[in-house]
Amino acid sequence: MKIALGPLLHYWPRDAVYAFYDEIANSAADVVYLGDVVCSRRRELRLEQWLEIAQRLERAGKEIVLSTLALIESEADLRGLRKVVGNLRFRVEANEWGAVRLLQGQTPFVAGPHLNIYNPATLSLLAKLGACRWVAPVEITREALSGLQEAQLQAVETEIFAYGSVPLAFSARCFTARHYNVPKDTCGFPCLDHPGGLALATREDQPLLILNGTQTLSAATYNLLGEAATLREMGVNVLRVSPQPQGTAEVLRAFRRWADGELSSAQAADGAAAQAGVCCNGFWHGRAGMEFVSGAR
Amino acid sequence: MCPAGALPALRVAVDNGADCVYLGFRDDTNARNFTGLNFDDAAAREGLRYAHARGARVLLAINTYPQSGNWKRWTRAVDKAAEMGFDAIIIADAGLMEYAARVHPELALHLSVQGSATNYEAINFYHDHFKVRRAVLPRVLALAQVEQVVRNTPVEIEVFGFGGLCIMVEGRCALSGYVTGCSPNMAGACSPAASVRWLQTPQGMESRLNGMLVDRFADGERAGYPTLCKGRYRVRGETYYAIEEPASLNALELLPKLMAMGVRAVKIEGRQRSPAYVAQVTRVWRDAIDACRRHPRAFTPRSEWMQALDRVSEGQSHTLGAYHRAWK
Repeated sequence: MKIALGPLLHYWPRDAVYAFYDEIANSAADVVYLGDVVCSRRRELRLEQWLEIAQRLERAGKEIVLSTLALIESEADLRGLRKVVGNLRFRVEANEWGAVRLLQGQTPFVAGPHLNIYNPATLSLLAKLGACRWVAPVEITREALSGLQEAQLQAVETEIFAYGSVPLAFSARCFTARHYNVPKDTCGFPCLDHPGGLALATREDQPLLILNGTQTLSAATYNLLGEAATLREMGVNVLRVSPQPQGTAEVLRAFRRWADGELSSAQAADGAAAQAGVCCNGFWHGRAGMEFVSGAR
Repeated sequence: MCPAGALPALRVAVDNGADCVYLGFRDDTNARNFTGLNFDDAAAREGLRYAHARGARVLLAINTYPQSGNWKRWTRAVDKAAEMGFDAIIIADAGLMEYAARVHPELALHLSVQGSATNYEAINFYHDHFKVRRAVLPRVLALAQVEQVVRNTPVEIEVFGFGGLCIMVEGRCALSGYVTGCSPNMAGACSPAASVRWLQTPQGMESRLNGMLVDRFADGERAGYPTLCKGRYRVRGETYYAIEEPASLNALELLPKLMAMGVRAVKIEGRQRSPAYVAQVTRVWRDAIDACRRHPRAFTPRSEWMQALDRVSEGQSHTLGAYHRAWK
């Protein structure tokens, strides 16, 4: 079982990004996804700088994948996409079907979590087009995933989102800019002041969501590590940990210790949960995503 | 392109000048999978007969994402669409589209808004592989971006003109699934009625979704349906519509621009709405489109049209949504 670090979803100052990936170079991750999936306006790191980080991590033994934007609206967005796809060195994760069109038949690619792969027909279409790995949608249930795994597409690795605030939705609207009452096009990047996004709670102060610019994340932390043994039995090849504002390396270590047999999945899940506030895993069990079903194995 | 949640809505849409109506079967193969809504086989056949006899076309929305356990229900819906003589089917899932293109090559395919294709590369992917004739754009693009798409694809472009407004990219939103366990992609429903509770409290009328407080209304305040993204929440001590106000999209004033840039169809949202809504909205848009065709340069939305539309709008107010860049 490989452990992957998903793309950094938040917007951090450049130095914080460099420091984070310096730590990741020595972390337990096997695969590292790099680049911005959320907002095309973010400019702290340009592609060239992401590629430098990629090379550094590659030298540290990590498999590198460059992730593309999930929402592509403008010609400028498409130019950025073409640059990422055209990099000759690193594998690319396609996060919408425009990227699939540019990658198909050219080079093996990762079919990302935002392509909506819910059934074997869609998966086998992507396999024919060159997908070497696919990432399940975040709301995938155990039942739906077994249906896909039983289709036995051996050449394609399966990856599942296994830890972190769940990327629930994308919008053209920036909710951080809305909160600060500034126009999106001249926002001044107030998100840089909120490394974990803006917490959204109900009027009863119950945490519900996290506003992360144009993306909406779950307030609770998805933690599927307790199900890791089941995932292995189902033939899942890669577990994705999403970068968190704190404790990401510790979470990766808990995953690694489970994968190496040092900890049971329950022990490892507790270790990872220590880095989170409230955990959830409802999606996996076909329930409301915010719920946590304990001891389900 | 007008919505039909059931036969009465279909009839009034056709009678009031719809060129096309769209509907769904009575199950989770469509994204308005609500109790009491949609068409069984007999109703679908009658709807087709009624519309075709009056020169209107009928499209079937099969716009949710099948899984291996229920895959056959979706392919059966596609087969039935071909057999019954629907004029096109509206599909979101790429695998299902592959099936439809292979098994029913004569059946016209439209890419659903739930397919989340927001740029011409994505739309052209579906054209290259499945010959889709039309794509429905998610309600996230500014007007100039819509034009850029139209200019760079052989696929006809349809945009939303009026009705409930998804703030999130359609097909990319699991908010409802997170709170209720029912998502548009997997269950064909957002913020489903079965999860809704209304409660009169000393603080006011509360609306809850699976226990989660979505909004609280003062006396005399109009209480809207608790769609998760349209609640009032707290962010850094401030309570407000943190995601979106309950307002309807109304792009009527953009008609001349949409026509000039080559947009081929305007979609009216609201299969869950009453026949009265469908009749009213269809009539206004028919008149407006006819007026705009006659004198595109002199076109201005008449105040009686806007008033009629506002009366049936969610929250009784309207917005240009993402078409107007500042909305973002």
